[in-house]
Amino acid sequence: MTIILYSIGTLGVLGLIYGLGLAFASKKFHVHVDPKIEEINEILPGVNCGACGHPGCSAYAEAVVLKNEDIDKCAPGGDEVIKHIAEIMGMEASSADKKIAVIHCQSGGKNNTFFRYKYQGIATCKAAILISGGPNLCNYGCVYQNDCIAACKFDAIHLNDNGMRIVDKEKCTGCSACVVACPRNLIELVSSKKRVHVLCTSHDKGAVSRKLCGNKTACIGCMLCLKKCPKDAIEMQDNLAVINYDKCINCGLCADVCPTSAIFDPLKEVRAKKKAEAKAKAEAAKKKLEEKENNVSKEV
Amino acid sequence: MEFVAKIFSMAIAAIFVQNFVLARFLGLCPYIGVSKKLDSALGMGMAVIFVMTMASTFTWLIQTYLLVPFKIEFLQTIAFILTIASLVQLVEMVIQKTAPALYKALGVFLPLITTNCAVLGVAILNINEKFSFIEAILNGFFAGLGFTLVLLLMAGIREKLDKAELPKSMKGMPIAMIVAGCMALAFFGFAGLKI
Repeated sequence: MTIILYSIGTLGVLGLIYGLGLAFASKKFHVHVDPKIEEINEILPGVNCGACGHPGCSAYAEAVVLKNEDIDKCAPGGDEVIKHIAEIMGMEASSADKKIAVIHCQSGGKNNTFFRYKYQGIATCKAAILISGGPNLCNYGCVYQNDCIAACKFDAIHLNDNGMRIVDKEKCTGCSACVVACPRNLIELVSSKKRVHVLCTSHDKGAVSRKLCGNKTACIGCMLCLKKCPKDAIEMQDNLAVINYDKCINCGLCADVCPTSAIFDPLKEVRAKKKAEAKAKAEAAKKKLEEKENNVSKEV
Repeated sequence: MEFVAKIFSMAIAAIFVQNFVLARFLGLCPYIGVSKKLDSALGMGMAVIFVMTMASTFTWLIQTYLLVPFKIEFLQTIAFILTIASLVQLVEMVIQKTAPALYKALGVFLPLITTNCAVLGVAILNINEKFSFIEAILNGFFAGLGFTLVLLLMAGIREKLDKAELPKSMKGMPIAMIVAGCMALAFFGFAGLKI
């Protein structure tokens, strides 16, 4: 019995002494940390993706407070985080241009890819492209092993029915994890305001790329888009049309003129429909007018 | 003179022959974790020397004047861990106040000294070897010195290795493991040392 009492007493007294000592020390050696750092750190998403150029969220929070780092560097946080940081820092929020990932290839699904062989190795793109240039015929296209999906921390890339990778524009934060992950460099971060994209990366000559593309939407380097573009925003780089997003005004004329639909504009079909409707209307009106004239001439 | 000779042989034993990291295999976590850069390795070594010396002092006192008179030696581990944890906490506060850069460089490894088996190891060894008070303190100090020596050697080698052309698969941790193995082999050479 006495042993139990001794044990409790000894450890209790030891604990008490240490506790009091540490409490005293924490007062004596107190380090003042700017509360703003902690506040900003709490607002940041905490995924430590490194898109801001700092080793982690807490490092970025510190840089904002102590080194006057720009407050719009956090890509995953988006506008909301910028607004909150601006509030804490007492600054005006400048709305950052949200960037999202665009996959520059329309092939790579189950039904729209030509395969060189059936790949059964390690299920990563990086491994797949090592074996005689990758399982798909196009040496530039998507190899269908979904490294980008594995890299995405925000669940923003999904497979559709055909096994194609679709970027969820709402969820994508522009952290560039997939850009790094793609061994074929198909993914680019583009301002979410830009709508028109060249969805092909093939630098093969037109005839070759047309033959190799399982989706039949390769850029064949015909340069029609280049001639059509009112802003000179399109350049040819080794048989591939590349849009200069600084100049692009989303007019979509290039998408209309592209013979292989390598240039994608979500409004292209809407525009075509409108055009067709207008044409039909005009024709109907013309017919009506002609009929009227005929009637008039008959009456006369 | 006899005392000095004893201390000297104890120092040689703690630093080389029975080195805590490479012969007793204690405290391997910081040995691999904090040996990437020389400055942080030096800082960590200093912190460990301090903690080990202090821990040896306090644990010897607690063992001799608390645990033995009350016949509660079975509480040794708990009481020692409690003491070491408090000491590390104190060291952490002091370092944060006096050397913020070092505090950042040590990062998570500073609180990890708390559970560093080398510190508890030296405390328990002091008791098992029946060292006197002065001997216990010195043994703690020498053990820390041995740890720092090995940590510094490792950090120096790894800094050089960073610039060496290695196969990609060997970079970083794998080559560190091989280096650690080679160093342990080299330190076995001291095993035959008789003083």
